[in-house]
Amino acid sequence: MKSLDVDIAVIGAGSAGLGAAIEAKKQGMDVLILERNDELGGITLQCIHNGFGLKIFKEDLTGPEYIQRFIDEAKELKIPYKLDTMVIEITEDKEIYAVNKKEGLLRIKAKAIILSMGCREKTRGAINIPGFRPAGMYTAGQAQRFVNIEGYIPGKTFVILGSGDIGMIMARRLTWLGCEVKAVVEIKSYVSGLIRNQVQCLEDYNIPLILNHTITKIHGKERVEGVTISSVDQNWDRIVDSDQYIECDSILLSVGLVPENELTTKAGAELSNNGGPIVDDNLETIMDGIFACGNVLQVHDLVDNVSEEAKRAGKNAAIYVKERYGKEQIKKDHIKIIPGINVGYVKPDYVNFSNLENLLHFHLRVKEPDRDVIIVIKEVNKIIYQRVRSFVIPSEMIEVRTKFKPEVISPNCRELKIEVLPVSLLEVLDEVG
Amino acid sequence: MSESSKKDKLSEDKKVIRCIVCPTGCEITAENVDGEVKIIGFGCKRGEEYAKEELFEPKRIVTATMRVEDGFLPIIPVRTEKPIPKELVFEIIKELSSIKVKAPIKVGDILVENIHNLEVNVISSRDMPIKT
Repeated sequence: MKSLDVDIAVIGAGSAGLGAAIEAKKQGMDVLILERNDELGGITLQCIHNGFGLKIFKEDLTGPEYIQRFIDEAKELKIPYKLDTMVIEITEDKEIYAVNKKEGLLRIKAKAIILSMGCREKTRGAINIPGFRPAGMYTAGQAQRFVNIEGYIPGKTFVILGSGDIGMIMARRLTWLGCEVKAVVEIKSYVSGLIRNQVQCLEDYNIPLILNHTITKIHGKERVEGVTISSVDQNWDRIVDSDQYIECDSILLSVGLVPENELTTKAGAELSNNGGPIVDDNLETIMDGIFACGNVLQVHDLVDNVSEEAKRAGKNAAIYVKERYGKEQIKKDHIKIIPGINVGYVKPDYVNFSNLENLLHFHLRVKEPDRDVIIVIKEVNKIIYQRVRSFVIPSEMIEVRTKFKPEVISPNCRELKIEVLPVSLLEVLDEVG
Repeated sequence: MSESSKKDKLSEDKKVIRCIVCPTGCEITAENVDGEVKIIGFGCKRGEEYAKEELFEPKRIVTATMRVEDGFLPIIPVRTEKPIPKELVFEIIKELSSIKVKAPIKVGDILVENIHNLEVNVISSRDMPIKT
């Protein structure tokens, strides 16, 4: 078995992995990228629509153009990478086992590891739709790959289940290619993806968005012939006698993304309720020297945010190698960040006490849409941060950037709570307090 | 909170536009009032500009794929360099589907000059190395 030693190994060469590897390399690290696909770039390569890079490059780019800039930079920096290489295990001692056709089994000993494996789509099995199992069912991203990379159109008439961004973007793409998208069916009472996509992908082409409905039966034995959709009540239970039949030859699923963390848990890192690993504000997991960034940590809605997060992971991993690797690890002085009212999850899960005065990045998603809210961070009942927002929705990730002055937080603080409250409720609390 | 425009008229009496400038998603309404267009409901200046553009000259960047000869992949993603009138989107895509280009191609290479006489080029969205 071939063995290698590197400072930092990066698992995955998508937007997160490339961004992290570039930053680590700039910090003087010896970096190796491992990628299971046959080219660098990851999923952004198949997102051929525009809307990328507005934040980082101040330009409206397509996905491939955006990621090409990172591919070019990684190549200019001569960062070594292995394609067609599948990581099969990461050990607690930061040994990576990987395989590829040319070299067989590889062992890579790394001082630090950056996890950037991305996420995967929920499939039919994850949402239990009754009916036969005919050909013609795809996840939205799978269809996107067929259409945008391999050059096949996988059907003629479509029903899309779920109103995630890729589903809506594929609705437009298929319409442009002459297919008919009969409907986008969403079980929730609001759209799952960005409003921009609802307007420019569905409303622009009069594609019906049917809310509070789901597919309750798939028709067809060899090939999809149609679907039955039904309206659902508040508990997402089917309402009797609400069935409608829609004829179609294909179904796309756009029902959510799940961070891909099998390797992470094998390495001993724990996950939090969003499916991503528990991390501190350095983006370090509970395993010393193992960092995470991008959709493996939390599913982002903008690639620009992935790149920013990746840069921080790359920088922090380099600091770890320079300052902490091989030394006795000091016990971490952590403050736990707790998701409170109307917060689905928050990253990071912990903040190092010593980092409170540095710029901290919190990312969170609300559980339910709301208007006129205030985002607060509290130590017990004392509000130490607040910001007003006119509108929040689960599909739009909220970013909070702040520093805390030492006098604001008590020296024995062990947890902070982050909440998204209606402004009116806060006024009531003020009166009580 | 209202704005009138003399030179342009709406084809319908009333049109509702959902603003996409920010996540608030304001509902902007445009109405014909005494031969002038009245726009109400926008929350900011950028929203107002967006609504005017959507009403009088909606434009889109077209993103599509073209077939490639000798490429690492059979197709290449492309886009119009600038936004083009929305009503021409389907025509442009159809036009692009009939043209075949040859690898190698670099990101940003002009693949079709002055498409549809719009003074807009169609450029490559990625590198396309030769098939090995």
